[in-house]
Amino acid sequence: MYESTTATLEARAATENQSVKLSMQQALNRALDEILSNDPKTVVFGEDCGRLGGVFRITDGLQAKHGEPRVFDTPLAESGILGMSVGLAMAGFHPIPEVQFDGFAYPAINQIVCQIARMNYRSRGTLPMPITLRVPSFGGIRAPEHHGESLEALFAHVPGLKVVSPSDPHDAYHLLKHAASRPDPVIFMEPKSRYWQKGDVDAADGGTLTGARVVRPGRHLTLVAWGAMVARCLQVAELAAEDGIDVEVLDLRWLKPIDAEALATSVGKTRRAVVVHEAPLTSGLGAEVAQLITQSCFDTLKAPVDRVTGFDVPYPSGDLEDEYIPNIDRILLGIQRVLEYRRG
Amino acid sequence: MDSSLPVVAAADAAPLSPGQLRELYSLMAAVRYLDTSAVAWQRQGIIPGYAPELGQEAAQVGSAYALDTARDFAFPTYREMGVARTMGVDMVAYMSTHKATWHGGMYDPLASRLAPIQAVVAGSVLHAVGWAHGQTLSGGHGVALSYFGDGASSQGDVHEAMNFAAVMKAPVVFFIQNNGWAISVPTERQVAGGSVAARAAGYGIPGIQVDGNDVVAVYEATRNAFAHCRGGNGPVVVEAMTYRRGPHSTADDPGRYRSLDDERIDAGEDPLERHRKRLLAESVADEAFFTAANQEALAEEEAIRTGIEALGPRPGNEMFDFVFQETTPALETQAIRWREESEHV
Repeated sequence: MYESTTATLEARAATENQSVKLSMQQALNRALDEILSNDPKTVVFGEDCGRLGGVFRITDGLQAKHGEPRVFDTPLAESGILGMSVGLAMAGFHPIPEVQFDGFAYPAINQIVCQIARMNYRSRGTLPMPITLRVPSFGGIRAPEHHGESLEALFAHVPGLKVVSPSDPHDAYHLLKHAASRPDPVIFMEPKSRYWQKGDVDAADGGTLTGARVVRPGRHLTLVAWGAMVARCLQVAELAAEDGIDVEVLDLRWLKPIDAEALATSVGKTRRAVVVHEAPLTSGLGAEVAQLITQSCFDTLKAPVDRVTGFDVPYPSGDLEDEYIPNIDRILLGIQRVLEYRRG
Repeated sequence: MDSSLPVVAAADAAPLSPGQLRELYSLMAAVRYLDTSAVAWQRQGIIPGYAPELGQEAAQVGSAYALDTARDFAFPTYREMGVARTMGVDMVAYMSTHKATWHGGMYDPLASRLAPIQAVVAGSVLHAVGWAHGQTLSGGHGVALSYFGDGASSQGDVHEAMNFAAVMKAPVVFFIQNNGWAISVPTERQVAGGSVAARAAGYGIPGIQVDGNDVVAVYEATRNAFAHCRGGNGPVVVEAMTYRRGPHSTADDPGRYRSLDDERIDAGEDPLERHRKRLLAESVADEAFFTAANQEALAEEEAIRTGIEALGPRPGNEMFDFVFQETTPALETQAIRWREESEHV
């Protein structure tokens, strides 16, 4: 798969020298390939990342091209994978480990929270942790238990970690390359339900890679989302437009640090906001976003910031998945609540 | 005890010279004096707490003596003061962790080849494996020396580390100080299967138990383990059987879980006294040497205490400065607010 992807890509790039259509899986695969080519200190590893190319094929072909020492399979133990990343970083390497599914980050929490997040601090800056932890994240693929979790609030709460989630192939390509080039640990949350959706990737111009991004400008209300929820919010915005409601969609992208300025700019203009995420409601990142908006826009807000989220329940089985993940109707109802709000 | 010692190249197996045998004693004396003094410092209010390693001097000095700071790297927990001293780490910077100056200590881990002090006891065992695999990737000849105890050996990370290292043939020496106690829980309630070294067989790697109170035996076992690793043969488990003669920490009360009679019986012979007798019997040292070594240890402790007493608290901005290499706007805002509010009051 690697060769076909690259061959197609390079052929297109050569003729067009512009954007190419790639799926997020292809974009991430290409980004990793280029990182490995450009930075000899990079190592890519995890469960089934080598010969198989990962269960989602994100590392497809990389071992064949870059060799087994740099792209390798580990035993099935997440704490081991992340703990090993710490030692490799201490030895000067730039590890890009993969945790196969979001829910399997839990067995590695000790190494992520107590070690990766703190080693720079503990060592007074002498042992940076340039680790990019790739985590196929969020739900929507009818997978077994622990394969549909949204851990962003948990990671964002930990001092020393940065958290990012791309919503389309272009950002996936550029944000992964950007994250891997930085000296701090980044949790890279890949929206697994979007792996196979194609989009334009302009490899030459990534644009601004820090902060949030307005993916659809609007005047009446801001939908704040990230990961797979961005595409859904764009659908919602199209439907709302039919009723004359002009919705702005802000892709937060970085979940830590959150782009407070972009929130202030967008909601300062629209004066209404709804945060949409798959994670459970209570203590979810929506609360943090709502507070940041309230802090900067309190005087001009026309309604309290609302949230449309997953529920405070364990992530359900595939049959109930659509009841759990914010769907178009629930987001539209959230918009309606905010638009109809009247001061007491 | 298992005698399946790794094969060692003859060049590496040269016996310790008289000078080295004396140096081992001097190191143990320095460690013993600093260790017992640190307990006194805590009682005097100089430091808030300390985790003594009384009785483990031979295990720590003997093992670290086999390490080559030009190419190897050691990964401690929080009770490896003797390792730090043997490796030549700045001891004021090391002991600063017990002054509550900075969790990881103030020493430079890269320059001193000693990872930061670590409170999650099995946390650093996997780091050693990663670092060692890095040697394989870069073609280096360094060996990772991973320190942990019988208590830490119960943690899953130790299993993951040994399995990873064995699968990847990573050059790691897993050095266990089995000191009989994990705070209040004795080894027999902690380690199933008789020993930690016995587990090595399950990973298909050499595992040896060594008398951890015999500094020469510890040195030789660790040296052999290093040679095994350097030969590209993968990891080794070395379990040094020793005894924690003191409390777990200055906040601990061993009287609640063991009697003084138990301690006297179980501790065995003092590792310093044992080495002293050997040096005298082999005419490697005389009483004048021991008197001088003890005086040097005393002077060294005084200098370290002076340095520790002179250590003030770190500037508060360091709370913010070392979280990231590249800080965030939110953290900058918090740092500014902290400064404004702390100056206001």
